[in-house]
Amino acid sequence: METIFALASARGKAGVAVIRISGPQAHAAASAMCKLPSERRAALRKLVWKGEPLDEALVLTFAAGRSFTGEAMVELQVHGSIASVTAVSVALTEFGLRQAEPGEFTRRALENGRMDLSQVEGLADLIEAETESQRRQALRVLSGSLGAKAATVKSHLLRASALIAALIDFSDEDLPEGLMRDIALELESARVVLSAELNGFAAAERIRDGFEVAIVGAPNVGKSTLLNRLAGRDAAITSSIAGTTRDVIEVRMDINGFAVTLLDTAGLRDTDDEVEAIGVARARMRAKSADLRLLLTDGERGSGLELLPGDLVVHSKSDLGRPGRNVLSVSALTGDGIPELFAAISTELSGRVVNAGTATRLRHRNAMVRALESLDAAKISLQQGGPPVDIVAEDLRVAMRALDSLIGKVDVEDLLGEIFSSFCIGK
Amino acid sequence: MKHYDVIVVGGGHAGVEAACAAARRGANTALVTMKRDTIGVMSCNPAMGGLGKGHLIREIDALDGIMGRVADAAGIQFRLLNRSKGPAVQGPRAQIDRSIYRRKMHAILGAQPGLDIVEGEVSALRLGAEGVSGVTLVSGVTVLARAVVVTAGTFLNGVIHIGDKRRQGGRAGDPASVGLGQYLAGLGLRCGRLKTGTPPRLDGRTIDWSQVETQAGDDAPVMLSFLTTGPTARQVSCGVTATNAQTHDIVRKNIGRSAMYGGHVEGIGPRYCPSIEDKVVRFGDKDGHQVYLEPEGLEDDTVYPNGISTSLPAEVQEQYVRTIKGLEHACILQPGYAIEYDFFDPRGLSADLSVIAQPGLFFAGQINGTTGYEEAAAQGLVAGLNAAAKALDLAPAEFGRSDSYIGVLIDDLTTRGVTEPYRMFTSRAEFRLSLRADNADQRLTPLGRHIGCVGDVRWEKFSAKVEKLDRATFALKAAQIRPKDAHSVGIEVSQDGQKKSAFALLGMSGVTKSQICTLVPELRDFDQTIQLQVAIEALYAPYQDRQNADVLALRKEEAHRIPANFDYKALSGLSSELKAKLQAVRPDNLAQAGRIEGMTPAALTLILACLRGGQRLHARK
Repeated sequence: METIFALASARGKAGVAVIRISGPQAHAAASAMCKLPSERRAALRKLVWKGEPLDEALVLTFAAGRSFTGEAMVELQVHGSIASVTAVSVALTEFGLRQAEPGEFTRRALENGRMDLSQVEGLADLIEAETESQRRQALRVLSGSLGAKAATVKSHLLRASALIAALIDFSDEDLPEGLMRDIALELESARVVLSAELNGFAAAERIRDGFEVAIVGAPNVGKSTLLNRLAGRDAAITSSIAGTTRDVIEVRMDINGFAVTLLDTAGLRDTDDEVEAIGVARARMRAKSADLRLLLTDGERGSGLELLPGDLVVHSKSDLGRPGRNVLSVSALTGDGIPELFAAISTELSGRVVNAGTATRLRHRNAMVRALESLDAAKISLQQGGPPVDIVAEDLRVAMRALDSLIGKVDVEDLLGEIFSSFCIGK
Repeated sequence: MKHYDVIVVGGGHAGVEAACAAARRGANTALVTMKRDTIGVMSCNPAMGGLGKGHLIREIDALDGIMGRVADAAGIQFRLLNRSKGPAVQGPRAQIDRSIYRRKMHAILGAQPGLDIVEGEVSALRLGAEGVSGVTLVSGVTVLARAVVVTAGTFLNGVIHIGDKRRQGGRAGDPASVGLGQYLAGLGLRCGRLKTGTPPRLDGRTIDWSQVETQAGDDAPVMLSFLTTGPTARQVSCGVTATNAQTHDIVRKNIGRSAMYGGHVEGIGPRYCPSIEDKVVRFGDKDGHQVYLEPEGLEDDTVYPNGISTSLPAEVQEQYVRTIKGLEHACILQPGYAIEYDFFDPRGLSADLSVIAQPGLFFAGQINGTTGYEEAAAQGLVAGLNAAAKALDLAPAEFGRSDSYIGVLIDDLTTRGVTEPYRMFTSRAEFRLSLRADNADQRLTPLGRHIGCVGDVRWEKFSAKVEKLDRATFALKAAQIRPKDAHSVGIEVSQDGQKKSAFALLGMSGVTKSQICTLVPELRDFDQTIQLQVAIEALYAPYQDRQNADVLALRKEEAHRIPANFDYKALSGLSSELKAKLQAVRPDNLAQAGRIEGMTPAALTLILACLRGGQRLHARK
């Protein structure tokens, strides 16, 4: 049974963040960072990993059979900063622990008979949240630079494993020469992309962290003016000409303790202007994958964008007249309504289940590390002509499985499809 | 009125295996077939085994099934495919003499206690309040049984196409199974249509054998059955020739006259068995495509030209065949044809191959959308064992993805269904390194003995082998070798003073059995097969550990059973898409549910929670 860990408290800037560890290695992992207090006694400890202090934490341990999951558990209450949580997570991963899948703690509690029916009913909510956050996460991975790279890696791995599968399952067919060399080339290409991505990981992580809030609406309703007002600086060009904003503009800021990336997007409309059309398409895509959408309207024009529960509708230009009492309305010009908007955003975000954010990215990183190890093993086997090709295939399969969350599952049908479209199989 | 425990309908490869398996478990069994003579007939190419398929035969054999033994007796050429690759992906294959195969099959069926063969055509099933209770024959006779296995699926509602000519028909010369097919369609089971093709059969006496290359069998033949020690029939070679530009021109010129390209065929064909038309259209730039000339028997002049299946008109077939080297004067005995047929969606079956909607009814073979003798026989075995279980109230015979190719086959069929005729490949098995042809007996014979389908002869032979294997393995693991000593026999290990077991050394690439014999002389006391088996296990041991962890996780999931009447609609929180998928597949256990596309860990937890909740509520009553 693997030992797993996860952030159990909501993310964002808060006083305390709770990291839960569960499984046979839980106590060993925690005691590698600090001296453990006796069971069910809280104690303040300095967490140290590889000689580096990580944070000060309140440490609690639970013995197997006397915990939420029924397994040995440790709770680390660290300072509620993303940096602390990330540092501890990395240390736990290096110790050999695995980030929990959504719902995995609950699953273990259930397996060990530690849950009552009311807790079980809470699962339905979890699934809905999971589905929604997976959808957003998938959109982000796909539309980001990681998506393009994941697709490249996938195509190389798929090709390599299809070639190996062909060598194994269709060896009595008329296959072309040089397939082993082609396999080695495909593996090397996948390896290069993966290791480059890993090297650039740390930097990307800090920039992309936090909630994304997209400002959307028809052209010239004042999206850029609002962005500038919220950001407190002239981040976006504003003018009275409709369609001024073309690209997506990102501003990092703190809204009542939440790390938020505000996105200003091109006004949504049909247009013949090629550049503006690209901007509108980007706006739609980013708005879809954002955690929250602020639909800005001047009371007349909507956006044509489908709103999701929790999205905020905001009336702009309230200095020119207010639409009614129970409607959010702001004047970016005078600052009227801005504090209320900040409050509405933070209320909404605080109600959100912890976003896939860092956890998912850490998972991606671990996946890439595991995949690289297997690819290296496969590469060595191929070079030395040592172990038979079925073992190379196994290494490759392990690598692809590690990358499931990143590149999507590669099914045997994908392999067969690749083989049958490349070679004339069937005597 | 006759009363049996189990009735098996159909005498093809699924039927005979099902009937014998049920009888071996002690069920009083009737095999009902239209014609006694056609039992054991091989209707397609005259070969058995190969990659994935050879694995299946070994597994059937390990459970004391009959296919391997019969094929060995009828084998006229044996080759171990992938000999140069790892043992995990090596597959034994044999060319078969059709008539010896049929004779041997009849002999085995005749000698099987508890098995009657009944000639007759089944027109309907008898359905009672508690499910299927027997069959009704066209003659009006009723035969009763507690469980019925239907394997009469070779070409249900078959339509044969040769060029623009079409007619109803089953495999070569047989009538299509229409009556029973219509009856089954009336049960409201989901149905689909597939197609496949055959090459023209040639008269071997009109082939110029001096013009074609030959492919002989292996010098040291590897048998399909664990019980056979060597071939008994005379061994022969196959011929190998190839198509050429001229062949392709003729096919291209007449492509519009092909049934498949003329738009006459609607079924979906197998991608791994393309017709010559497909090959020319899709890979026409290739200079030539190989054609294997496989003799159908020692006393039979019919030759099966593997690689040129077709649905072109007969006269075009003759034209293109005669462009091929060695076939310039070849006579066609029977033109090739494409055949379309029905199958029932196997997602309507449980893992024991029983039809979920009809208690007591089992389906096996082509009726489930598979192709191939071996795939059919494997299903027949599973259905037969479980029909006996149902009739006699015995433990079900269950196979999982982690213990056998049979398990992979059953799981693929019942959870994923089929989109083309399903054939086994080693790539389908994620635990391929453990599921080897060489250890099929170690994986399955104890299980077979436990459920009562493995007889004394096999059990004694198997036990003796395992005892030797254990002793040899123990000796090698106990022998701790110093790097210096390893070096002395030419094995390069790091000279760090760390001892390694002889077993670990044997698993390193490049290390030979004779090197290890020098270090551990006891190994010489064991015969070659035992030495080889230990070496194979040593090779995969490092991977075995990792796979074992995966296997454990999988088995744990499989242990969470989901009742057949589980109500997914009542689960709040699941998306309607997932509910629909679960409802269609009706997974037997949590592991199967997890393989459904789009399933999330939390959704699985929810299902598990409801299973647990149900148990607890039940306990309270």
